[in-house]
Amino acid sequence: MYVAVKGGERAIDNAHAWLAEERRGDRAVLELSVAQIREQMTLAVNRVMAEGSLYDPDLAALAIKQARGDLIEAIFLIRAYRTTLPRFGASNPIETGDMLCERRVSATFKDAPGGQVLGPTFDYTHRLLDFKLAADGEAGDVPKGTPTHDPTPHIMSFLDREGLIQDERAGENTPPDLTRTPLELPADRALRLQSLARGDEGFILGLAYSTQRGYARNHAFVAELRIGAVAVEMEIPELGFAIEIGEITLTECETVNQFQGSKTAPPQFTRGYGLVFGMSERKAISMALVDRALRWKELGEDNLGAPAQDEEFVLYHSDNIQATGFLEHIKLPHYVDFQSELELIRKLRREAKENIPREAAE
Amino acid sequence: MSDYNFAYLDEQTKRMIRRAILKGLAIPGHQVPFASREMPMPYGWGTGGVQVSAAILTPEDTLKVIDQGADDTTNAVSIRRFFQKTAGVAVTEATAQASVIQTRHRIPEADLRADQILVYQVPIPEPLRFLEPSEVETRKMHALEDYGLMHVKLYEDISQHGDIATAYAYPVKVEGRYVMDPSPIPKFDNPKLEMAGIQLFGAGREQRIYAIPPYTRVVSLDFDDYPFQPTKADHACDLCGAQNSYLDELIVDDDGGRVFMCSDTDYCSTRRKQGHVGAQGLPYAEGAT
Repeated sequence: MYVAVKGGERAIDNAHAWLAEERRGDRAVLELSVAQIREQMTLAVNRVMAEGSLYDPDLAALAIKQARGDLIEAIFLIRAYRTTLPRFGASNPIETGDMLCERRVSATFKDAPGGQVLGPTFDYTHRLLDFKLAADGEAGDVPKGTPTHDPTPHIMSFLDREGLIQDERAGENTPPDLTRTPLELPADRALRLQSLARGDEGFILGLAYSTQRGYARNHAFVAELRIGAVAVEMEIPELGFAIEIGEITLTECETVNQFQGSKTAPPQFTRGYGLVFGMSERKAISMALVDRALRWKELGEDNLGAPAQDEEFVLYHSDNIQATGFLEHIKLPHYVDFQSELELIRKLRREAKENIPREAAE
Repeated sequence: MSDYNFAYLDEQTKRMIRRAILKGLAIPGHQVPFASREMPMPYGWGTGGVQVSAAILTPEDTLKVIDQGADDTTNAVSIRRFFQKTAGVAVTEATAQASVIQTRHRIPEADLRADQILVYQVPIPEPLRFLEPSEVETRKMHALEDYGLMHVKLYEDISQHGDIATAYAYPVKVEGRYVMDPSPIPKFDNPKLEMAGIQLFGAGREQRIYAIPPYTRVVSLDFDDYPFQPTKADHACDLCGAQNSYLDELIVDDDGGRVFMCSDTDYCSTRRKQGHVGAQGLPYAEGAT
C-alpha cells in the first residue's frame, strides 16, 4: 500500500523558522544592528542601493541583515519594495560638475583645476590581513584638512573646449523608465545606461574586462573618476521653482577612448560613461567600458561579434535578479516535465533496440 | 496587510496588465509585451502568473493554485498564501469550485467551464527561442508568420530519433496564425488547450502576456505521416485506478520499485471519494491522504 506524501505547508513554516534562527547565529554573540551595517559595511550597502535602484542606506542595511549578507538577495528585497512605492515625480537632472568630491582622480592629466584627490581608497593599501581589527577595530586619530570650495570642473570639458572629444548633446526627450515600460530593442543610450547602472557588478565587470582583452577593444583611459555628494533638486509645481530635497553620493566615471574620424570630420576621441549610486568605482569604470563598446553602431565601428557589443545579449542578461531567479527556479519541482521526458526516452530506446538487431541482420 | 492594495499590485499596474490581457485575447497566441513588476517572489517562481492573477482577481473569486497538478506542492502553497494574505480571497483545492486557477506545468484533468479562468506561469514564452536566441529576430519571424524553422526542427527530430522529441512545452498553432508555447505542460495536456474557459499566460521575467479565448482552435504541430500523439505513462493510477489521467512516477523503495499516481491531486482524491480504488490504494477515509 502507498500513502501519498503531503506536508508542503508545514515544511514551509519550519523552513522559515529555521532560517530566522540561522540568521541570528550564535546568541552568545551580540546581534548586529542595522546602523552598524550601514556605517561599517558601507560598500555592501552601496552595491545594494545601486543594483536595487533605490537610494536609501537604512533600507539597504536592513535588507543586508535580513538576507544574511547575501547581496543579491538583499538587492531583491529592495527591488520588490521599490516597485510598491508611489512615484511623486522626477527630480531635475543632477549636476555632477557641482559634486563635493571626496575622491577625484584623472589618469589622463597629471594635474587639473580641482586637483587630484586620492580620498578613502583601497588602491595603495597592501593587502595584508590586519589582525589588529580582529582585536580592537577603533581607528586612530585621522589628520584633518580644510575643505576647498573651489569648483571642480569635469576634466572632459577641457578636451571638449579644444574639440578633441566627441560632442555629447543633451537629449530632448525624457529617458524611458526601464521599470515602467517593457524593454524593447533597439534601446537608446539613455536606456542602456539605465540598465547598466542597475546591472550586476560582476557581469558588467566581466564584459568590460573582455573588451580590454580584445573582444571589441576600445582602449579606454579614465579621464576622470569622481566620488562625492551631489544635491538633488526637484521642481515643485505649487512653488514654481526647484528646491533641494536631499543629497546623494555618486561615483562617476568618464573614459576617453580611441578616436574616430571620417572624410568629413577630423579624428576625435570618443566617450564612455558610468554613473552609480554610492562609492562603487569598479562598477562605474566597468559601466563606462561597456557603454563605449555598445556604441559601435552610432560611432561607425565594425560589429566584431563581441559579447560586449551585443546590446540584446548585454541588456537581457545583466540583471542579477532576473538571472538568479531563472537560474535557481530549476530547483523547483519539474516532476511533470521530467516524467514526460522519461516516457519519451524510454520509447525512443525501445524503438532503437528493436531497430538495431534488425539493421544488423540486414 | 492593509499596507498593500487588494491583491498586492496598485490599480494603475493592474490596469496596465488588464490592457495587455485584453490585447492578448484579441490576438490569440500573440505575445504582448507588458511592464512586468518586481514581485516579492523570485523570477522563475511564477511572477508572470501571479501578476495576471492579481490583475483579474475580484473579492468574490475563489482561487485554486496548483504546481505539477498538485495543490500541496511547496510553491503552490506559497502562492496561494500570498493571495490569501494580500487579497483575502476564498481558496479551494476543488477544481470545480474555483473561479480562477493558477497553474504551473499542468491543465487540470476535469473539463473547465466557461466561468473559469486558467492562469499559466510561463518561463520562456517564445516557442522559437531555442531555435533563434535573438528576440529581435523571433519577433520578426512571428510578424512574417515565418515558422519554417520550427517545422525543420520537428523534421530533424524525426530523422534523428524516429519521433518528434518534444515531450513538454510542445508547440501549438493558435487559430491558424501564431505558433505559441503552451508553457511546459506535458504534451498529454495539449488537446485540453481547446476549452470553454479563458486561458491566460504570464511570463514575468520575459515581460510577456498571451491568451487563448474560449473555444479557440489550438493545433499541436505535426506532420501527416507523424501525427501528434499525447502520451502518458502506460499505467493506471495506483491510488484511484484512473486509466486516462496524467501520472507521476514515484520511486518507493531501495530496489527502485515504482508507484504511479495522478499528478492532478484533486482529480485523484475526488475519484477516491467516489469509491474508486487503485492497485496500491486504500479505500478513501475522511482525513486520510
